[in-house]
Amino acid sequence: MTHIAATASSSTQPAEALLTTLAKGFVNRLVIIIPYLWLLFFFLVPFIIVFKISLSQTAISMPPYTPVLDFKDGVAGFFAGFRALNFDNYTWLTQDALYFNAYVTSLIIAGISTILTLIVGYPIAYGMARAPATIRPTLLMLVILPFWTSFLIRVYAWIGILKPEGLLNQVLLATGLISQPLVILNTYTAIFIGIVYSYLPFMVLPLYSSLEKMDYSLIEAAQDLGCPPTGAFWKITFPLSLPGVVAGCLLVFIPAVGEFVIPDLLGGSQTLMIGKTLWNEFFSNRDWPVSSAVAVILLLVLTIPIMFFQQAQAKAQEQGR
Amino acid sequence: MKSLGSIRRDFAPWNDPNAKPYIQFDKVTKKFGDFTAVNNLSLTIFEREFFALLGASGCGKSTLLRMLAGFEEPSAGRILLDGQDLRGIPPYKRPVNMMFQSYALFPHMTVEKNIAFGLKQEGMPGPDIEKRVAEMLKLVKLEQFAKRKPHQLSGGQRQRVALARSVAKRPKVLLLDEPLGALDKKLREETQFELMDLQQELGLTFVVVTHDQEEAMTMADRIAIMDKGEVMQVATPAEIYEAPASRFVAHFVGNVNMFEGKVAERSANTTRITGATGAQIVVDNGGAAAAGADIVFAIRPEKIKVSSKKPADAVNALEGEIYDVAYLGDMTVYHIKLDDGQIVRASALNASRITDDPLTWNDRAWVSFRPDAGVVLTR
Repeated sequence: MTHIAATASSSTQPAEALLTTLAKGFVNRLVIIIPYLWLLFFFLVPFIIVFKISLSQTAISMPPYTPVLDFKDGVAGFFAGFRALNFDNYTWLTQDALYFNAYVTSLIIAGISTILTLIVGYPIAYGMARAPATIRPTLLMLVILPFWTSFLIRVYAWIGILKPEGLLNQVLLATGLISQPLVILNTYTAIFIGIVYSYLPFMVLPLYSSLEKMDYSLIEAAQDLGCPPTGAFWKITFPLSLPGVVAGCLLVFIPAVGEFVIPDLLGGSQTLMIGKTLWNEFFSNRDWPVSSAVAVILLLVLTIPIMFFQQAQAKAQEQGR
Repeated sequence: MKSLGSIRRDFAPWNDPNAKPYIQFDKVTKKFGDFTAVNNLSLTIFEREFFALLGASGCGKSTLLRMLAGFEEPSAGRILLDGQDLRGIPPYKRPVNMMFQSYALFPHMTVEKNIAFGLKQEGMPGPDIEKRVAEMLKLVKLEQFAKRKPHQLSGGQRQRVALARSVAKRPKVLLLDEPLGALDKKLREETQFELMDLQQELGLTFVVVTHDQEEAMTMADRIAIMDKGEVMQVATPAEIYEAPASRFVAHFVGNVNMFEGKVAERSANTTRITGATGAQIVVDNGGAAAAGADIVFAIRPEKIKVSSKKPADAVNALEGEIYDVAYLGDMTVYHIKLDDGQIVRASALNASRITDDPLTWNDRAWVSFRPDAGVVLTR
């Protein structure tokens, strides 16, 4: 665009046109630079600091690790520090089965929770998308409403519901459905309940947006061509909502893998999730380098689903829908 | 042999008292809450007929089509197809297919898969499906687009895919909801003739909903003019145009001049009308109008001749002044202000390149027409 403008006007006033083009290019670039700066300062720099710490060793000092890339002792000291960097902490992670188990458990718990959230969230999103247009904003509001209360308080509230003498057991005992209180709190079931509850809006919203823009006449066309409603759902509605399904699943899966609050409050002490392990290393053991290494590996593990997500989005955009 | 309009129609089961009706709307009413979309409507459509439902938006024509497809159930009355009452039969079990206004092509399926969709539902064996799909692609001339997805096609191509998909199952009736609405004018005209050829070739019954009168006139064997959920007239395009049943129909289709008046004298084949402003008009066919009745005399612009002198043999001639002229190439349109104040629209086909009697603004002029040129409307 700018190139064409430049060549078109260059025949009359070449110098001026060139200046205008340069100025335009600068303004265009400036607009792009802002988000890049944001990413640089609030993502890349912190990540480099974490990565740097993960390569150093623990030390009884403030902060509790050996300094790296430090010019305090001059250039020689800098290179000495640089040479002291190593991947010992990463080797350590592979030697203790605890970390591997924590990663795998986290991925499995996040995976199961994501599927459960999808099963619960899809009918909700579908119902919302098919509701009369006048009440849809209200329904949308109701989905977002829990965000107005602190996440921590809402998870605490679940302790009150799930504990042996809690609300759920009281109701079930009172109605005579059970004779012994159910043990839910401090089990994996409680973690699943907590994650499904907490992350439901992240599943419902992308599903709703992809279902809502779907042309209902497609379903009518499928029926018109001899397809009963259930068949039409699986052949038309579901495939067309796949971008929403993928987006929702990743929005739930990615934070659920690193989730710390829910397993800590609802899962009890014996649950092994990577977020909790990280917290323990950091606060209980004060081993910043190892916990940084745990965080870096977690990031790498999560980058793979994020890349899938971006690919899926690019594909959806390519389809022009 | 004399006939209304310029086309001789050999296919006319509606004139045959022994013809078996194919689709019957029997006192059908459809209400949405307080709103009556279709009001106590009865209509008969015959096999292999190309039938058009014509009306302004909101007249109930689409609702009628959707009831036939099974997306809506009538609030009262029955719909019969080939003698079978359709009540309670869901859309996926009805032997009718619909071409949607939005085309409703499945965006995640290729052209081929879209066309095969209905056949698969039917449980047709694979090789037969392939054969039928190939046949359909050939019919709509889209063979080389079989593997494309709908978003990779132009509007006209999508329209053809939608058409191929809806006729692939060989339905008893094909319903078309504004089938050409999304196409540009030139493509629309071409496609009108293609649709007619296709209907002939497949021998199907077509019911088309449209708000475009030209489209309905071009394609349909018969047209039902609808207004506010009721049928105003069902007739061939020529009858609708040349013998409208009411002022509404006369106004709705084409241009028309209306003379308010009274029947002054009535005999077997001559009716004398006195216009409200004094004009005297003699008409061959007075229809149902009795002497003394308040009527409207309706005459189409092209039936009116404009000349600078009063034609010697004219039965009906009125004098006035040229108010506006427009030269459109194929024809010239005149607006003449009669001496009694009424403005008459007349149009003359420019059948020759050179005219003997050129007229211009503010010229005195005569409008004349034959006694059989217009109709007397009592409604």
